[in-house]
Amino acid sequence: MFEILEREEMAQGTVVKNVIKAPKIAAKAKPGQFVIIRANETGERIPLTMADSDPEKGTVTIIYQVVGKSTALFKTFKVGDAFQDVLGPLGQPTHVDKVDGLVICVGGGTGTAVVHPITRGYKNAGNKVVAIIGSRNKDLLILEKEMGRASDELKVCTDDGSYGHHGFVTDVLKQYLDGPEKVAVVVAAGPVPMMKFVAKMTEPYGVKTLVSLNSIMIDGTGMCGGCRVSVKGKNRFTCVEGPEFDGHEVDFDELTQRLSAYREHEGQAMQEFEHKCKIGLDK
Amino acid sequence: MADKKEKVSRQPMPEQSAEVRRRNFEEVPLGYTAETAMLEASRCLQCKNPACVTGCPVEIDIPGFISRIKEGDFAGAIAKLKEKTALPAVCGRVCPQELQCESKCILGKKDEPVAVGRLERFAADWERTQGEVKVPVLPAKTGKSVGVVGSGPASLTVAGDLILKGHDVTVYEAFHKAGGVLVYGIPEFRLPKAIVQAEVDYLTKLGVNFELNSVVGRTETVDELLERHDAVFIAVGAGLPSFLNIPGENLIGIYSANEYLTRSNLMKAYLFPEYDTPIVRGKNVAVLGAGNVAMDAARTAMRLGAENVRIVYRRSREEMPARAEEIHHGEQEGLELYLLTAPVRFIGDDKGRVTSMECIKMELGEPDASGRRRPVPIEGSNFELETDMVVIAVGAGANPLITSTTPGLETNKWGYITADPATGKTMKPRVWAGGDIVTGQATVILAMGAGRQAANSMHDYLTWGW
Ligand SMILES: Cc1cc2nc3c(=O)[nH]c(=O)nc-3n(C[C@H](O)[C@H](O)[C@H](O)COP(=O)(O)OP(=O)(O)OC[C@H]3O[C@@H](n4cnc5c(N)ncnc54)[C@H](O)[C@@H]3O)c2cc1C
Ligand SMILES: Cc1cc2nc3c(=O)[nH]c(=O)nc-3n(C[C@H](O)[C@H](O)[C@H](O)COP(=O)(O)OP(=O)(O)OC[C@H]3O[C@@H](n4cnc5c(N)ncnc54)[C@H](O)[C@@H]3O)c2cc1C
Ligand code: SF4
Ligand code: SF4
Ligand code: FES
Repeated sequence: MFEILEREEMAQGTVVKNVIKAPKIAAKAKPGQFVIIRANETGERIPLTMADSDPEKGTVTIIYQVVGKSTALFKTFKVGDAFQDVLGPLGQPTHVDKVDGLVICVGGGTGTAVVHPITRGYKNAGNKVVAIIGSRNKDLLILEKEMGRASDELKVCTDDGSYGHHGFVTDVLKQYLDGPEKVAVVVAAGPVPMMKFVAKMTEPYGVKTLVSLNSIMIDGTGMCGGCRVSVKGKNRFTCVEGPEFDGHEVDFDELTQRLSAYREHEGQAMQEFEHKCKIGLDK
Repeated sequence: MADKKEKVSRQPMPEQSAEVRRRNFEEVPLGYTAETAMLEASRCLQCKNPACVTGCPVEIDIPGFISRIKEGDFAGAIAKLKEKTALPAVCGRVCPQELQCESKCILGKKDEPVAVGRLERFAADWERTQGEVKVPVLPAKTGKSVGVVGSGPASLTVAGDLILKGHDVTVYEAFHKAGGVLVYGIPEFRLPKAIVQAEVDYLTKLGVNFELNSVVGRTETVDELLERHDAVFIAVGAGLPSFLNIPGENLIGIYSANEYLTRSNLMKAYLFPEYDTPIVRGKNVAVLGAGNVAMDAARTAMRLGAENVRIVYRRSREEMPARAEEIHHGEQEGLELYLLTAPVRFIGDDKGRVTSMECIKMELGEPDASGRRRPVPIEGSNFELETDMVVIAVGAGANPLITSTTPGLETNKWGYITADPATGKTMKPRVWAGGDIVTGQATVILAMGAGRQAANSMHDYLTWGW
């Protein structure tokens, strides 16, 4: 069992942060890696990036958006409750080193939680780092302070203009690409369409672009192939070879389709869950 | 007396009718009653030089355990079995007996062989219904400690053998449940999961420590395990799915057998939405391949409500690698065989879901390296097969997670770990390996045999230092 030590709601309760006791994983965790969590005996295996980890305290931090049954179930867990299974650290760590030029880290929605440790990693490696984060509106923005600390310059965008730049993260990104400073690398995490447009935008500039993919997973050890994505026309397993890939080589349309594989199931599971919550069967 | 006795023929095992079982996940064969088991046991000639034993990879004293069943001494029978196998309830069910013990039985020359597997299953099932399985008196602790990586049949055997010799044993398993293919691959209707759990619980009672959710190579490396254990045994199975690399393979509804079976068995997706993991329920299912894994996937699809389940195989019936019993059971349940047929590409709709599969007819040509006649495509014989779910079951490979993170461990050109076939010793000091990660996908009993040999060698090392 993996106890929840801290819990915080963000973005008006649509996003939740948990600090979980998992000493073995914390001892090994590196930026860019993820864990797979199963809430209870009937639960499914849910991959989530480690937004932070502390080897001394033996904890890992997850920040998840409530989008369906499993994340809604996670949200009911209080401090002192425990997840049945936490597996990790999984995936390849982000390769952070000193690069020749600007590093731009782009986070959309909950993707900001994914990009935060990577941003910090690049800064600690001695790079000049620009962070661009976006959300639908001001209330849904997460980790603004943290991203500010982890970067040299922070730009905020909202779709509705309620805060920061009115528009998409790609608008701001373009200003930097066209700007005087050489951009060495762009890292993006967020909704698939956002990552796709970031990659499309950087391509003509020839700027290396890393995207963090979120394919549906089961084992997380390269055993099932369910997380396969087409990269440069070849099958790659996100859980062991990723989650980061070269954005100019990823088939985003295929990924979008594969993410919709269980849409009907997800709807049904969510409905039954909400019903149970209403009549008070679940805690 | 003896010659007057009426000849007893091989006792059939009652099973769920095909009509009923094709839509449920309960076990297909129902097992012998005590009377039938004793009757079947009476057929054994108690050969002085029993040929059957030479057909068993772990050399179970077959006449020995059968004579005890015949006398009604079921406790004695199970004790005899346990001298050689840690998992009789499993082997009695899933061993390919027709190729092993039973294929050698002397009675089989003229008549049908003694039903060794069914009797083995009977003895083990009898024991489980007797309540608490007795825990033997354990020897004094040796102070040595062993790490076992993976929890399939090879690992469970090593864990059982070494704990009984007084060593401390910790098993590291990547999944949240122990048992390997026995829990995530082989379906409930062939091997009830409660049986595997009972074996794992027994080992826990003996003092084996199971660390689940431990991916060795990620959570900890083999070298880190060697810092706290005197010896390490690796049996992580053949956990790498094979794909066909043909167009359309990433459409929704196309699964590797590993994914399909893991969803259904380990994650219990067949009980969705009671369990949270979803699975596609196909109407027209195509299963590519014709081994035991393909049969398990096909029969699972049938139980999940498919209207048509088709086994698509590029060779002919004779070459089908699945056990005859499984093919027979599958056909009874309504599986159709599309033999001498190979997939060319998958076709999908605008939502990215598979809707059909283009196939080509094959004919058998000259024998290939394996001695089997090579299938060659017949020009212009392409046709389209409607399908909304496909399972690719064309074999498995070696997962590189451990080998790529363990310096000093040698592998062959396919990535399987190199180990001494007699002892399981690898090229890395204090590390042994066995089961599918050494041999490629084989059988439960061969994995157990490899575990037994490695356990002996490890015990020697822990006792004498060599
Ligand atoms: C390596 C990796 C790291 C991830 N890190 C984070 C993270 O740090 N924070 C976070 O909030 N989410 C993260 N995700 C996504 C997270 O796993 C999914 O949101 C979660 O599985 C949804 O489960 P559910 O049952 O709540 O929703 P479901 O009912 O399963 O799905 C609801 C909606 O979410 C979409 N969805 C389902 N599965 C995924 C998925 N794997 N990725 C994206 N969308 C999905 C569905 O298409 C659907 O629209 C990560 C995914 C991967 C593979
Ligand atoms: C669907 C199917 C049906 C089969 N049917 C039969 C049958 O009827 N009869 C028969 O005799 N054989 C059958 N087999 C073959 C048989 O199951 C295998 O040969 C046998 O299970 C191999 O045992 P093993 O101990 O080598 O490993 P496995 O049973 O493969 O177990 C390996 C374990 O190691 C774990 N693992 C993997 N990587 C790591 C890691 N890095 N760290 C920690 N743990 C890890 C895995 O999660 C798994 O639990 C079947 C196989 C399949 C897939
Ligand atoms: S273990 Fe398998 S091969 Fe050996 S006697 Fe039992 S059923 Fe036969
Ligand atoms: S060969 Fe057949 S008859 Fe002889 S001991 Fe073995 S099972 Fe009995
Ligand atoms: S999740 Fe199974 S191979 Fe990646």
